[in-house]
Amino acid sequence: MTPEALLGGFIDAPVQSAHAFRAGLEALARPGTLHSLTGATPPAPMSVAAGVLILTLCDGTTPVHLAGHHDSDAIRDWVTFHVGAPLVTAEKAMFAIGTWAAMQPVGRFAIGQPDYPDRSATLIVEMPTLAPSGPHLSGPRLSGPGIKGEARLALPETAAFVRNRALFPLGFDCFFTAGSLVAGLPRSTNVEAN
Amino acid sequence: MTAPLPALAAVDSVAQPDHGRDERAGFHPEQPDVQHDRSREDHAKDQPVEKVVMALHAAHPEKGSMTDYNFAYLDEQTKRMIRRAILKGIAIPGYQVPFASREMPMPYGWGTGGVQVTAACLTPDDTLKVIDQGADDTTNAVSIRKFFQRTAGVAVTEATTEATIIQTRHRIPETALTKGQILVYQVPIPEPLRFLEPRETETRKMHELEEYGLMHVKLYEDIARHGTIATSYDYPVKVEGRYVMDPSPIPKFDNPKLSDNPAIQLFGAGREQRIYALPPHTHVVSLDFDDHPFVASKAAHDCDLCAAQDSYLDEVITDDQGSRMFVCSDTDFCRSRREAGHLGRLGTPLSEVEQ
Repeated sequence: MTPEALLGGFIDAPVQSAHAFRAGLEALARPGTLHSLTGATPPAPMSVAAGVLILTLCDGTTPVHLAGHHDSDAIRDWVTFHVGAPLVTAEKAMFAIGTWAAMQPVGRFAIGQPDYPDRSATLIVEMPTLAPSGPHLSGPRLSGPGIKGEARLALPETAAFVRNRALFPLGFDCFFTAGSLVAGLPRSTNVEAN
Repeated sequence: MTAPLPALAAVDSVAQPDHGRDERAGFHPEQPDVQHDRSREDHAKDQPVEKVVMALHAAHPEKGSMTDYNFAYLDEQTKRMIRRAILKGIAIPGYQVPFASREMPMPYGWGTGGVQVTAACLTPDDTLKVIDQGADDTTNAVSIRKFFQRTAGVAVTEATTEATIIQTRHRIPETALTKGQILVYQVPIPEPLRFLEPRETETRKMHELEEYGLMHVKLYEDIARHGTIATSYDYPVKVEGRYVMDPSPIPKFDNPKLSDNPAIQLFGAGREQRIYALPPHTHVVSLDFDDHPFVASKAAHDCDLCAAQDSYLDEVITDDQGSRMFVCSDTDFCRSRREAGHLGRLGTPLSEVEQ
Protein backbone atom coordinates (compact mmCIF):
# COMPACT_ATOMS: atom_id res chain seq x y z
CA MET A 1 0.00 0.00 0.00
CA THR A 2 1.37 3.41 -0.97
CA PRO A 3 1.21 6.35 1.45
CA GLU A 4 -1.06 8.17 -1.03
CA ALA A 5 -3.80 5.66 -0.25
CA LEU A 6 -4.01 7.11 3.25
CA LEU A 7 -4.96 10.55 1.92
CA GLY A 8 -8.18 11.89 0.47
CA GLY A 9 -10.67 10.75 3.10
CA PHE A 10 -13.12 12.82 5.12
CA ILE A 11 -11.63 15.24 7.63
CA ASP A 12 -14.79 15.42 9.74
CA ALA A 13 -16.58 12.17 8.86
CA PRO A 14 -19.83 12.59 10.87
CA VAL A 15 -20.63 15.99 9.37
CA GLN A 16 -19.25 15.46 5.87
CA SER A 17 -20.96 12.10 5.45
CA ALA A 18 -24.23 13.62 6.71
CA HIS A 19 -24.09 16.33 4.03
CA ALA A 20 -23.08 13.75 1.43
CA PHE A 21 -25.94 11.43 2.36
CA ARG A 22 -28.48 14.23 2.08
CA ALA A 23 -27.20 15.11 -1.40
CA GLY A 24 -27.32 11.44 -2.40
CA LEU A 25 -30.81 11.07 -0.92
CA GLU A 26 -32.08 14.10 -2.84
CA ALA A 27 -30.44 12.79 -6.02
CA LEU A 28 -32.09 9.36 -5.77
CA ALA A 29 -35.42 10.75 -4.54
CA ARG A 30 -35.60 13.28 -7.41
CA PRO A 31 -34.28 11.55 -10.54
CA GLY A 32 -32.97 13.97 -13.12
CA THR A 33 -31.73 16.56 -10.63
CA LEU A 34 -28.02 17.21 -10.08
CA HIS A 35 -26.42 17.56 -6.67
CA SER A 36 -22.93 18.31 -5.45
CA LEU A 37 -20.78 15.90 -3.42
CA THR A 38 -17.47 17.10 -2.02
CA GLY A 39 -14.97 16.23 0.70
CA ALA A 40 -13.03 13.27 -0.69
CA THR A 41 -10.14 13.12 -3.17
CA PRO A 42 -9.90 9.54 -4.42
CA PRO A 43 -7.16 8.43 -6.84
CA ALA A 44 -7.83 8.97 -10.57
CA PRO A 45 -9.82 7.94 -12.50
CA MET A 46 -12.40 7.88 -9.69
CA SER A 47 -14.43 11.08 -9.50
CA VAL A 48 -14.82 13.09 -6.32
CA ALA A 49 -18.54 12.34 -6.21
CA ALA A 50 -18.01 8.58 -6.54
CA GLY A 51 -15.35 8.68 -3.82
CA VAL A 52 -17.69 10.57 -1.48
CA LEU A 53 -20.50 8.07 -2.12
CA ILE A 54 -18.16 5.19 -1.24
CA LEU A 55 -17.00 6.87 1.97
CA THR A 56 -20.62 7.62 2.91
CA LEU A 57 -22.30 4.31 2.09
CA CYS A 58 -19.69 1.53 2.06
CA ASP A 59 -17.98 -0.31 4.91
CA GLY A 60 -16.79 -3.77 5.83
CA THR A 61 -20.28 -5.20 5.36
CA THR A 62 -20.74 -4.07 1.74
CA PRO A 63 -18.92 -6.01 -1.02
CA VAL A 64 -17.68 -3.57 -3.67
CA HIS A 65 -16.90 -4.28 -7.33
CA LEU A 66 -14.35 -2.10 -9.11
CA ALA A 67 -14.99 -2.24 -12.86
CA GLY A 68 -12.53 -1.63 -15.70
CA HIS A 69 -9.91 1.05 -15.13
CA HIS A 70 -11.27 1.63 -11.63
CA ASP A 71 -9.76 -1.73 -10.66
CA SER A 72 -6.29 -0.24 -10.16
CA ASP A 73 -3.88 -0.79 -7.28
CA ALA A 74 -4.25 2.82 -6.18
CA ILE A 75 -8.07 2.63 -5.99
CA ARG A 76 -8.02 -0.84 -4.39
CA ASP A 77 -5.68 0.48 -1.69
CA TRP A 78 -7.74 3.63 -1.20
CA VAL A 79 -11.05 1.78 -0.85
CA THR A 80 -9.49 -0.85 1.41
CA PHE A 81 -7.88 1.69 3.71
CA HIS A 82 -10.79 4.13 3.99
CA VAL A 83 -13.83 1.85 4.12
CA GLY A 84 -12.46 -1.72 4.43
CA ALA A 85 -14.98 -3.07 1.94
CA PRO A 86 -14.31 -6.52 0.48
CA LEU A 87 -13.50 -6.24 -3.24
CA VAL A 88 -15.51 -8.81 -5.18
CA THR A 89 -16.77 -9.84 -8.62
CA ALA A 90 -19.80 -8.15 -10.19
CA GLU A 91 -22.18 -10.96 -9.23
CA LYS A 92 -21.48 -10.60 -5.50
CA ALA A 93 -21.34 -6.80 -5.31
CA MET A 94 -23.66 -4.54 -3.30
CA PHE A 95 -21.92 -1.52 -4.83
CA ALA A 96 -20.12 -1.27 -8.17
CA ILE A 97 -18.02 1.61 -9.47
CA GLY A 98 -16.90 2.16 -13.04
CA THR A 99 -17.85 3.54 -16.42
CA TRP A 100 -21.01 2.22 -18.04
CA ALA A 101 -18.93 0.42 -20.69
CA ALA A 102 -16.82 -1.28 -18.02
CA MET A 103 -19.93 -2.50 -16.19
CA GLN A 104 -21.30 -4.43 -19.19
CA PRO A 105 -23.07 -6.74 -19.15
CA VAL A 106 -25.16 -5.16 -16.37
CA GLY A 107 -27.23 -8.35 -16.17
CA ARG A 108 -24.49 -9.69 -13.89
CA PHE A 109 -25.45 -7.43 -11.00
CA ALA A 110 -27.78 -8.46 -8.19
CA ILE A 111 -31.39 -7.36 -8.76
CA GLY A 112 -32.73 -8.58 -5.41
CA GLN A 113 -35.11 -11.44 -4.66
CA PRO A 114 -38.89 -11.35 -5.10
CA ASP A 115 -39.37 -11.40 -1.32
CA TYR A 116 -36.36 -9.13 -0.61
CA PRO A 117 -36.06 -6.72 -3.55
CA ASP A 118 -33.75 -4.52 -1.44
CA ARG A 119 -30.95 -7.07 -1.77
CA SER A 120 -29.84 -5.55 -5.03
CA ALA A 121 -26.76 -3.76 -6.32
CA THR A 122 -26.25 -0.01 -6.42
CA LEU A 123 -24.21 1.03 -9.45
CA ILE A 124 -22.06 4.15 -9.30
CA VAL A 125 -21.61 4.99 -12.97
CA GLU A 126 -18.79 7.35 -13.87
CA MET A 127 -19.77 9.74 -16.67
CA PRO A 128 -17.63 12.19 -18.66
CA THR A 129 -20.24 14.91 -17.98
CA LEU A 130 -23.65 15.17 -16.37
CA ALA A 131 -26.43 17.26 -17.83
CA PRO A 132 -30.04 17.33 -16.67
CA SER A 133 -31.42 18.43 -19.97
CA GLY A 134 -28.75 19.96 -22.12
CA PRO A 135 -29.36 23.06 -24.21
CA HIS A 136 -31.85 21.24 -26.43
CA LEU A 137 -33.41 18.71 -24.03
CA SER A 138 -31.60 15.81 -25.62
CA GLY A 139 -31.74 13.25 -22.82
CA PRO A 140 -34.33 10.54 -22.44
CA ARG A 141 -37.60 11.39 -20.71
CA LEU A 142 -37.88 10.25 -17.08
CA SER A 143 -41.11 9.83 -15.17
CA GLY A 144 -42.25 8.06 -12.01
CA PRO A 145 -41.81 8.47 -8.24
CA GLY A 146 -39.81 11.57 -7.32
CA ILE A 147 -40.59 13.36 -10.58
CA LYS A 148 -43.30 15.97 -11.02
CA GLY A 149 -44.44 15.57 -14.60
CA GLU A 150 -41.29 14.58 -16.39
CA ALA A 151 -37.55 15.14 -16.14
CA ARG A 152 -34.64 14.60 -18.46
CA LEU A 153 -31.18 13.24 -17.90
CA ALA A 154 -28.48 12.29 -20.37
CA LEU A 155 -27.94 8.54 -19.89
CA PRO A 156 -25.28 6.27 -21.40
CA GLU A 157 -28.08 4.25 -23.06
CA THR A 158 -31.84 3.79 -22.79
CA ALA A 159 -32.60 0.12 -23.43
CA ALA A 160 -30.87 -1.20 -20.29
CA PHE A 161 -32.90 1.13 -18.06
CA VAL A 162 -36.17 0.23 -19.80
CA ARG A 163 -35.37 -3.44 -19.14
CA ASN A 164 -34.43 -2.65 -15.53
CA ARG A 165 -37.75 -0.84 -14.96
CA ALA A 166 -39.64 -3.82 -16.36
CA LEU A 167 -38.20 -5.94 -13.53
CA PHE A 168 -39.75 -3.72 -10.83
CA PRO A 169 -39.79 -4.21 -7.86
CA LEU A 170 -36.54 -6.00 -8.68
CA GLY A 171 -33.68 -4.22 -10.39
CA PHE A 172 -30.50 -2.28 -9.68
CA ASP A 173 -30.30 1.38 -8.71
CA CYS A 174 -27.86 3.86 -10.21
CA PHE A 175 -25.94 6.94 -9.22
CA PHE A 176 -24.28 8.81 -12.10
CA THR A 177 -21.19 10.77 -11.16
CA ALA A 178 -19.01 13.30 -12.97
CA GLY A 179 -16.50 15.44 -11.10
CA SER A 180 -18.29 16.51 -7.94
CA LEU A 181 -21.79 16.13 -9.42
CA VAL A 182 -24.20 13.26 -8.82
CA ALA A 183 -27.58 12.28 -10.25
CA GLY A 184 -29.72 9.32 -9.25
CA LEU A 185 -31.79 6.85 -11.21
CA PRO A 186 -33.70 4.36 -9.04
CA ARG A 187 -35.26 1.24 -10.56
CA SER A 188 -38.71 2.84 -10.21
CA THR A 189 -38.08 5.46 -12.91
CA ASN A 190 -39.64 5.02 -16.35
CA VAL A 191 -37.12 5.86 -19.05
CA GLU A 192 -38.33 6.67 -22.55
CA ALA A 193 -36.10 7.38 -25.52
CA ASN A 194 -36.57 10.86 -26.90
CA MET B 1 -13.25 -3.86 55.77
CA THR B 2 -9.83 -3.35 57.27
CA ALA B 3 -7.90 -5.52 54.83
CA PRO B 4 -7.69 -3.15 51.84
CA LEU B 5 -6.69 -0.09 53.83
CA PRO B 6 -3.10 -1.04 54.72
CA ALA B 7 -2.62 -2.25 51.19
CA LEU B 8 -3.85 1.05 49.78
CA ALA B 9 -1.52 2.95 52.04
CA ALA B 10 1.30 0.77 50.86
CA VAL B 11 0.49 1.57 47.25
CA ASP B 12 0.63 5.27 48.02
CA SER B 13 3.90 5.08 49.85
CA VAL B 14 5.52 3.07 47.11
CA ALA B 15 4.05 5.03 44.22
CA GLN B 16 4.68 8.52 45.51
CA PRO B 17 8.38 8.82 44.75
CA ASP B 18 7.85 8.10 41.06
CA HIS B 19 4.46 9.55 40.16
CA GLY B 20 1.58 11.64 41.38
CA ARG B 21 -0.36 9.48 43.78
CA ASP B 22 -3.77 10.63 42.60
CA GLU B 23 -3.38 8.64 39.44
CA ARG B 24 -2.26 5.54 41.23
CA ALA B 25 -4.96 5.55 43.86
CA GLY B 26 -7.63 6.50 41.35
CA PHE B 27 -6.68 3.75 39.00
CA HIS B 28 -6.90 0.74 41.33
CA PRO B 29 -7.80 1.87 44.82
CA GLU B 30 -8.83 -1.61 45.88
CA GLN B 31 -5.76 -3.31 44.43
CA PRO B 32 -4.09 -5.15 47.33
CA ASP B 33 -1.16 -6.64 45.37
CA VAL B 34 1.53 -4.04 45.75
CA GLN B 35 4.08 -5.96 43.79
CA HIS B 36 1.75 -6.27 40.81
CA ASP B 37 0.95 -2.59 40.88
CA ARG B 38 4.58 -1.77 40.93
CA SER B 39 5.14 -3.65 37.68
CA ARG B 40 2.22 -1.91 36.00
CA GLU B 41 3.72 1.39 36.93
CA ASP B 42 7.06 0.57 35.37
CA HIS B 43 5.20 -0.43 32.27
CA ALA B 44 3.34 2.87 32.23
CA LYS B 45 6.59 4.79 32.42
CA ASP B 46 7.58 3.31 29.08
CA GLN B 47 4.24 4.23 27.52
CA PRO B 48 3.99 7.99 26.99
CA VAL B 49 0.61 7.60 25.24
CA GLU B 50 -0.87 6.01 28.33
CA LYS B 51 0.45 8.92 30.39
CA VAL B 52 -1.17 11.41 28.05
CA VAL B 53 -4.49 9.61 28.23
CA MET B 54 -4.33 9.55 32.01
CA ALA B 55 -3.46 13.22 32.06
CA LEU B 56 -6.44 13.98 29.83
CA HIS B 57 -8.73 12.05 32.12
CA ALA B 58 -7.36 14.01 35.06
CA ALA B 59 -7.90 17.31 33.21
CA HIS B 60 -11.51 16.47 32.24
CA PRO B 61 -13.03 14.72 35.21
CA GLU B 62 -16.58 15.68 34.19
CA LYS B 63 -17.62 13.47 31.31
CA GLY B 64 -21.09 13.44 29.83
CA SER B 65 -21.29 16.80 28.07
CA MET B 66 -22.56 17.10 24.50
CA THR B 67 -19.11 16.74 22.96
CA ASP B 68 -18.94 13.15 24.16
CA TYR B 69 -21.62 12.07 21.66
CA ASN B 70 -20.89 11.43 18.04
CA PHE B 71 -22.84 13.89 15.89
CA ALA B 72 -26.54 12.91 16.10
CA TYR B 73 -25.87 10.20 18.70
CA LEU B 74 -25.48 7.14 16.44
CA ASP B 75 -22.05 5.82 15.45
CA GLU B 76 -21.03 6.17 11.81
CA GLN B 77 -21.29 2.46 11.00
CA THR B 78 -24.90 2.43 12.20
CA LYS B 79 -25.71 5.55 10.22
CA ARG B 80 -24.27 4.02 7.04
CA MET B 81 -26.44 0.94 7.54
CA ILE B 82 -29.56 3.08 8.06
CA ARG B 83 -28.68 5.31 5.10
CA ARG B 84 -28.36 2.31 2.80
CA ALA B 85 -31.78 1.08 3.97
CA ILE B 86 -33.31 4.53 3.35
CA LEU B 87 -31.92 4.65 -0.19
CA LYS B 88 -33.31 1.19 -1.01
CA GLY B 89 -36.62 2.31 0.49
CA ILE B 90 -36.62 5.34 -1.83
CA ALA B 91 -35.86 3.10 -4.81
CA ILE B 92 -38.77 0.73 -3.97
CA PRO B 93 -41.53 3.05 -2.70
CA GLY B 94 -43.75 1.38 -0.10
CA TYR B 95 -41.54 -1.69 0.38
CA GLN B 96 -40.41 -2.30 3.98
CA VAL B 97 -36.62 -2.57 4.07
CA PRO B 98 -35.30 -4.58 7.05
CA PHE B 99 -32.62 -2.78 9.06
CA ALA B 100 -30.59 -3.55 12.18
CA SER B 101 -32.45 -1.25 14.56
CA ARG B 102 -30.39 -0.17 17.57
CA GLU B 103 -31.25 0.22 21.21
CA MET B 104 -31.97 3.90 21.75
CA PRO B 105 -32.01 5.77 25.05
CA MET B 106 -35.82 5.68 25.10
CA PRO B 107 -38.32 2.85 25.22
CA TYR B 108 -39.76 1.13 22.15
CA GLY B 109 -43.00 2.84 21.24
CA TRP B 110 -41.51 6.28 21.86
CA GLY B 111 -40.30 6.70 18.32
CA THR B 112 -37.01 4.80 18.28
CA GLY B 113 -37.44 4.08 14.56
CA GLY B 114 -38.16 7.70 13.72
CA VAL B 115 -35.26 8.86 15.90
CA GLN B 116 -32.82 6.57 14.09
CA VAL B 117 -34.00 7.75 10.67
CA THR B 118 -33.80 11.37 11.78
CA ALA B 119 -30.30 10.82 13.20
CA ALA B 120 -29.15 9.32 9.90
CA CYS B 121 -30.54 12.29 7.95
CA LEU B 122 -29.57 15.24 10.17
CA THR B 123 -26.83 17.67 9.20
CA PRO B 124 -25.68 20.55 11.45
CA ASP B 125 -27.46 22.99 9.08
CA ASP B 126 -30.88 21.46 9.65
CA THR B 127 -33.78 22.94 11.58
CA LEU B 128 -35.71 20.22 13.36
CA LYS B 129 -39.39 20.16 14.29
CA VAL B 130 -40.88 17.30 16.29
CA ILE B 131 -44.61 16.77 16.66
CA ASP B 132 -46.65 14.25 18.60
CA GLN B 133 -50.21 13.98 17.24
CA GLY B 134 -49.79 17.45 15.80
CA ALA B 135 -48.53 19.06 19.00
CA ASP B 136 -45.04 20.48 19.52
CA ASP B 137 -45.40 20.64 23.29
CA THR B 138 -46.24 17.11 24.41
CA THR B 139 -43.84 14.81 26.26
CA ASN B 140 -42.72 12.71 23.29
CA ALA B 141 -42.11 15.73 21.06
CA VAL B 142 -40.28 17.73 23.73
CA SER B 143 -38.02 14.87 24.76
CA ILE B 144 -37.01 13.94 21.19
CA ARG B 145 -36.40 17.60 20.34
CA LYS B 146 -34.16 17.97 23.40
CA PHE B 147 -32.40 14.71 22.53
CA PHE B 148 -31.27 16.10 19.16
CA GLN B 149 -30.49 19.53 20.58
CA ARG B 150 -28.09 17.83 22.96
CA THR B 151 -26.59 15.19 20.67
CA ALA B 152 -26.55 17.05 17.33
CA GLY B 153 -26.69 20.70 18.37
CA VAL B 154 -29.21 21.44 15.61
CA ALA B 155 -31.59 24.38 15.53
CA VAL B 156 -35.18 23.56 16.45
CA THR B 157 -38.44 25.23 15.61
CA GLU B 158 -42.16 24.80 16.07
CA ALA B 159 -42.99 26.44 12.73
CA THR B 160 -43.69 23.93 9.95
CA THR B 161 -42.49 26.35 7.29
CA GLU B 162 -39.06 26.88 8.95
CA ALA B 163 -38.27 23.20 9.50
CA THR B 164 -36.09 21.16 7.14
CA ILE B 165 -36.70 17.86 8.94
CA ILE B 166 -39.97 17.15 10.74
CA GLN B 167 -40.26 14.04 12.88
CA THR B 168 -43.87 13.18 13.46
CA ARG B 169 -45.94 10.83 15.50
CA HIS B 170 -49.33 10.16 13.91
CA ARG B 171 -49.98 13.41 12.00
CA ILE B 172 -49.02 15.22 8.81
CA PRO B 173 -48.83 18.98 9.43
CA GLU B 174 -51.77 21.05 8.13
CA THR B 175 -49.43 23.52 6.44
CA ALA B 176 -48.43 22.11 3.05
CA LEU B 177 -44.90 20.74 2.98
CA THR B 178 -42.42 21.98 0.42
CA LYS B 179 -39.53 20.71 -1.67
CA GLY B 180 -36.43 20.22 0.44
CA GLN B 181 -38.30 19.14 3.57
CA ILE B 182 -38.15 15.62 4.99
CA LEU B 183 -41.03 14.19 7.00
CA VAL B 184 -39.99 11.30 9.29
CA TYR B 185 -42.80 9.13 10.65
CA GLN B 186 -42.62 7.08 13.83
CA VAL B 187 -44.22 3.74 13.00
CA PRO B 188 -45.38 1.19 15.59
CA ILE B 189 -46.49 -1.66 13.25
CA PRO B 190 -45.15 -1.21 9.70
CA GLU B 191 -46.83 -4.31 8.25
CA PRO B 192 -50.37 -3.42 7.05
CA LEU B 193 -51.27 -7.13 6.86
CA ARG B 194 -49.99 -8.01 10.34
CA PHE B 195 -53.36 -8.08 12.12
CA LEU B 196 -54.79 -10.18 9.30
CA GLU B 197 -51.85 -12.60 9.06
CA PRO B 198 -49.47 -12.81 12.02
CA ARG B 199 -46.72 -14.81 10.26
CA GLU B 200 -43.93 -12.71 8.74
CA THR B 201 -43.14 -15.51 6.24
CA GLU B 202 -46.71 -15.30 4.95
CA THR B 203 -47.03 -11.51 4.78
CA ARG B 204 -43.70 -11.35 2.95
CA LYS B 205 -45.04 -13.87 0.41
CA MET B 206 -48.26 -11.84 0.09
CA HIS B 207 -46.28 -8.68 -0.74
CA GLU B 208 -44.14 -10.66 -3.18
CA LEU B 209 -47.22 -11.99 -5.01
CA GLU B 210 -49.15 -8.73 -4.67
CA GLU B 211 -51.82 -10.78 -2.89
CA TYR B 212 -53.79 -8.06 -1.12
CA GLY B 213 -57.30 -9.53 -1.29
CA LEU B 214 -57.36 -10.03 2.48
CA MET B 215 -57.07 -6.29 3.04
CA HIS B 216 -60.12 -5.65 0.89
CA VAL B 217 -61.98 -8.36 2.82
CA LYS B 218 -61.18 -6.50 6.03
CA LEU B 219 -62.52 -3.22 4.63
CA TYR B 220 -65.58 -5.07 3.30
CA GLU B 221 -66.24 -6.53 6.77
CA ASP B 222 -66.23 -2.94 8.07
CA ILE B 223 -69.00 -2.14 5.60
CA ALA B 224 -70.94 -5.33 6.41
CA ARG B 225 -70.83 -4.57 10.13
CA HIS B 226 -71.04 -0.77 10.27
CA GLY B 227 -72.49 0.19 6.89
CA THR B 228 -69.36 2.18 6.12
CA ILE B 229 -65.57 1.72 6.22
CA ALA B 230 -65.06 2.28 9.94
CA THR B 231 -61.24 2.27 9.81
CA SER B 232 -60.45 5.85 10.78
CA TYR B 233 -56.65 5.80 11.25
CA ASP B 234 -53.83 3.57 10.06
CA TYR B 235 -55.82 3.44 6.82
CA PRO B 236 -54.05 1.23 4.25
CA VAL B 237 -52.77 2.75 1.02
CA LYS B 238 -51.35 1.41 -2.23
CA VAL B 239 -48.14 3.01 -3.49
CA GLU B 240 -47.55 3.45 -7.23
CA GLY B 241 -49.93 0.58 -7.92
CA ARG B 242 -47.64 -1.98 -6.32
CA TYR B 243 -47.11 -2.20 -2.54
CA VAL B 244 -49.84 -1.88 0.07
CA MET B 245 -48.35 0.27 2.81
CA ASP B 246 -49.21 1.21 6.38
CA PRO B 247 -49.10 5.01 6.59
CA SER B 248 -48.53 4.77 10.39
CA PRO B 249 -51.48 5.65 12.64
CA ILE B 250 -52.23 9.00 11.02
CA PRO B 251 -55.94 9.83 10.83
CA LYS B 252 -57.37 9.00 7.43
CA PHE B 253 -58.00 12.74 7.14
CA ASP B 254 -54.24 12.99 6.42
CA ASN B 255 -54.12 10.20 3.81
CA PRO B 256 -54.61 12.47 0.77
CA LYS B 257 -51.51 14.45 1.82
CA LEU B 258 -49.36 11.32 1.35
CA SER B 259 -49.87 11.44 -2.41
CA ASP B 260 -47.93 13.80 -4.70
CA ASN B 261 -46.27 15.44 -1.69
CA PRO B 262 -43.25 17.59 -2.66
CA ALA B 263 -41.39 16.52 0.52
CA ILE B 264 -39.52 13.25 1.04
CA GLN B 265 -41.44 10.99 3.43
CA LEU B 266 -39.48 8.42 5.46
CA PHE B 267 -40.99 5.84 7.83
CA GLY B 268 -39.02 4.24 10.68
CA ALA B 269 -40.19 1.33 12.86
CA GLY B 270 -37.59 0.66 15.56
CA ARG B 271 -39.00 -2.36 17.38
CA GLU B 272 -40.12 -3.99 14.11
CA GLN B 273 -36.82 -3.06 12.40
CA ARG B 274 -38.25 -1.72 9.16
CA ILE B 275 -37.67 1.44 7.13
CA TYR B 276 -39.79 2.47 4.15
CA ALA B 277 -40.15 5.59 2.11
CA LEU B 278 -42.17 7.69 -0.31
CA PRO B 279 -40.14 9.84 -2.71
CA PRO B 280 -41.63 13.25 -3.57
CA HIS B 281 -44.59 13.23 -5.97
CA THR B 282 -45.31 9.55 -5.44
CA HIS B 283 -48.78 8.33 -6.34
CA VAL B 284 -50.50 7.00 -3.19
CA VAL B 285 -54.11 5.73 -3.21
CA SER B 286 -56.21 4.90 -0.16
CA LEU B 287 -57.88 1.51 -0.66
CA ASP B 288 -61.64 1.64 -1.18
CA PHE B 289 -64.54 0.32 -3.28
CA ASP B 290 -66.35 1.88 -6.23
CA ASP B 291 -69.61 2.03 -4.22
CA HIS B 292 -67.89 2.98 -0.95
CA PRO B 293 -65.24 5.52 -1.95
CA PHE B 294 -62.59 6.68 0.50
CA VAL B 295 -63.61 9.73 2.57
CA ALA B 296 -61.07 11.81 4.49
CA SER B 297 -63.28 12.40 7.51
CA LYS B 298 -62.93 14.78 10.47
CA ALA B 299 -65.11 15.98 13.32
CA ALA B 300 -67.95 18.13 11.93
CA HIS B 301 -66.97 21.26 13.84
CA ASP B 302 -64.80 24.35 13.53
CA CYS B 303 -61.79 24.85 15.77
CA ASP B 304 -62.98 26.54 18.98
CA LEU B 305 -59.72 28.49 19.28
CA CYS B 306 -58.92 29.59 15.72
CA ALA B 307 -62.19 28.88 13.84
CA ALA B 308 -60.42 26.79 11.20
CA GLN B 309 -62.90 24.75 9.18
CA ASP B 310 -60.46 22.55 7.34
CA SER B 311 -58.09 21.25 10.03
CA TYR B 312 -58.10 17.96 11.93
CA LEU B 313 -59.62 18.44 15.39
CA ASP B 314 -59.08 16.99 18.85
CA GLU B 315 -62.07 16.74 21.18
CA VAL B 316 -61.33 18.09 24.66
CA ILE B 317 -63.67 17.46 27.62
CA THR B 318 -63.71 20.65 29.67
CA ASP B 319 -65.79 19.73 32.76
CA ASP B 320 -67.83 16.88 34.24
CA GLN B 321 -71.12 18.31 32.89
CA GLY B 322 -70.44 17.06 29.35
CA SER B 323 -69.03 20.33 28.05
CA ARG B 324 -66.48 19.89 25.31
CA MET B 325 -64.48 21.85 22.81
CA PHE B 326 -62.83 21.01 19.51
CA VAL B 327 -59.35 22.35 18.84
CA CYS B 328 -56.83 21.92 16.05
CA SER B 329 -54.56 18.96 16.65
CA ASP B 330 -51.78 20.87 14.83
CA THR B 331 -50.66 23.40 17.47
CA ASP B 332 -48.42 25.38 15.12
CA PHE B 333 -51.24 25.76 12.57
CA CYS B 334 -53.68 26.85 15.29
CA ARG B 335 -51.29 29.35 16.87
CA SER B 336 -50.33 30.94 13.57
CA ARG B 337 -54.00 31.36 12.71
CA ARG B 338 -54.72 32.98 16.06
CA GLU B 339 -51.70 35.25 15.58
CA ALA B 340 -53.22 36.23 12.24
CA GLY B 341 -56.36 37.34 14.10
CA HIS B 342 -58.70 34.38 13.64
CA LEU B 343 -60.79 33.73 16.72
CA GLY B 344 -62.95 30.70 17.46
CA ARG B 345 -66.03 30.21 19.64
CA LEU B 346 -64.09 29.81 22.90
CA GLY B 347 -60.91 31.60 21.87
CA THR B 348 -59.32 34.50 23.68
CA PRO B 349 -57.43 37.12 21.63
CA LEU B 350 -53.70 36.46 21.99
CA SER B 351 -53.11 40.03 23.16
CA GLU B 352 -55.21 39.35 26.26
CA VAL B 353 -53.59 35.96 26.88
CA GLU B 354 -50.15 37.47 27.10
CA GLN B 355 -51.15 40.04 29.75
